[in-house]
Amino acid sequence: MLRINPNRMTPYMFLAPAAIIMAFALLYPIGYMVYASFLDWNPSQRIGEADWVGLRNYANLLQDESFRESFFVTIKFAFAVVTLEMIIGVGLALLLDRNIRGMSMLRTIFILPMMIAPIVVGLMWRYMYHPTVGIFNQTLKSWGFEPIPWLSDSNWSLISIIIADIWQWTPFIFILALAALQSLPRSALEAARIDGATGWQQIFYIKIPLMMPVLIVTALLRLIDAFKVLEVILVMTNGGPGLSTEIMSLRIARTASEFRELGVAAAMSNLLLLLLFVLTVGMFIYNKIQENRAARIRKVAEEA
Amino acid sequence: MSTTYKRQNPAFYALIAALIMMSLGPIILMLSTSLQLNVDIMSDSSSFFFMPTMKNYETVLCNVLWYTPEHVDYCNPSFARSLGNSLIVALVSTVITLIVGCMAAYALVRFRFMGRGTISMSTLMMRMVPPAVLLVPVFGIWTFQYGLDGTFTGIVLVYVAMNLPFVIWILQSFIIQVPIQLEEAAKMDGASPLQVFFLVVLPVIKPGLAAAAIFTFRIAWNEFLLANALLDRNTRTVPVTIVNSLTEHDIDWGVIMATGMLLAVPPIIFTFLASKQIITGMTAGAVKG
Repeated sequence: MLRINPNRMTPYMFLAPAAIIMAFALLYPIGYMVYASFLDWNPSQRIGEADWVGLRNYANLLQDESFRESFFVTIKFAFAVVTLEMIIGVGLALLLDRNIRGMSMLRTIFILPMMIAPIVVGLMWRYMYHPTVGIFNQTLKSWGFEPIPWLSDSNWSLISIIIADIWQWTPFIFILALAALQSLPRSALEAARIDGATGWQQIFYIKIPLMMPVLIVTALLRLIDAFKVLEVILVMTNGGPGLSTEIMSLRIARTASEFRELGVAAAMSNLLLLLLFVLTVGMFIYNKIQENRAARIRKVAEEA
Repeated sequence: MSTTYKRQNPAFYALIAALIMMSLGPIILMLSTSLQLNVDIMSDSSSFFFMPTMKNYETVLCNVLWYTPEHVDYCNPSFARSLGNSLIVALVSTVITLIVGCMAAYALVRFRFMGRGTISMSTLMMRMVPPAVLLVPVFGIWTFQYGLDGTFTGIVLVYVAMNLPFVIWILQSFIIQVPIQLEEAAKMDGASPLQVFFLVVLPVIKPGLAAAAIFTFRIAWNEFLLANALLDRNTRTVPVTIVNSLTEHDIDWGVIMATGMLLAVPPIIFTFLASKQIITGMTAGAVKG
């Protein structure tokens, strides 16, 4: 008689619901998408009726001028956003790392922008950028300056969405950087202070190098998220004017729903996924290297 | 406990005040816009002082109010209905994600079994998948194979799957801290694995559950793209309704901001109630102890 040991089965029983849901609603769709990217498929067809076109979708994409444009817009947006947010966020963390009353209240206020729906964030900024009743142009006008075409000029629109993203996500980096700062070993800072290091020296030679591992992971997390931004831009500019703010996620959505070319959209999704995959693997490798180094140092310290 | 606070430079307080203004400013502006009529919003005169009116909120919620607001000529039921839809979708997704995610996280932490490393790793990898990437396959599969387009089941399934990797990963870090002796003592007293899990482990990791719940709720409550592709007129959530009522010109800013405010209120309340858990959740990944 076959008897299953209940203890052997327990972990699988606990894992089963999650595994089933993720297989059906996450892994299968992703596999499906890889397959769909080789098809000429529009939304009114079943997938079986679509024609197999091999690598044509990819070949077309790589030659497509506007796809390349939106690829570069995405890269520009992601790197600009991460760089600026890192500088501002870490700077603020260094400034505010003091014992002040109401710090937890302050942090609560700072995380509000992240919790609000991206759609609503887009709404707020679209209203503030409004050419006539928006607060920015009204202020400019009352100070006697020319109003700025925030969202209607292709030179300004990318800057405008970068500003909105900085407003929403700098707090994320600030909070992580602050947590990193407060977990730094006090002894190192103490020693530096006794040796007469100035404030700036402490920041550049001690605090920042010690925070580096956390900062790099933070930047990578933020970079991955920056490629996912969609709703804020959709509400603010819908990719326009021209293609000046059409980042890749938005282009995927529009290719699928407006141009009704699911195969092409799938091919684009694959390229985006590949890009994110490289970033994530990079983060893993970095983490592993850090862990190994920490383990080695610990071992040396124990032997000594 | 007594902590001493050093007196800081006045410029420092000015900086803090400016930062608070910057992060709250847009939200306050949205609130004040939602309390004005479109005529006043569009008038050129600076409207710093105005008579707040609840008319926009009455327009949005016209069909669930117990009285009929007299200024509404035509009552559009889609706003109130989508609020109800959003609430159902977000709550159900959160509850299912938590239960399923919790069990998986527990198995990954407490048991040694084949494939544990791979599962743990691939869960983490799934975090990077953007919703836009899921758009095409989810649309195709849900419509043609599962027959779940336009249903709550369909959208809840997507949200649960999307949130599981993150929830599992964050709960793992909380479960690791539960002392194993506690569980062994319960087992000694004759508790089954399920009892140990529900009666011993779950109560201890409440803060972790709170963090995971808020993150899941926030995504299900705020998501637009997949909801837009999957749901139909009757099952639409609030973000979809907002985007659909945005046109190039003649936007009724007052009403839209009122809807936006209603969408923003639950996350804001959660933030004030559980900011500590949210921050723990955010830092758990990048900063280790």
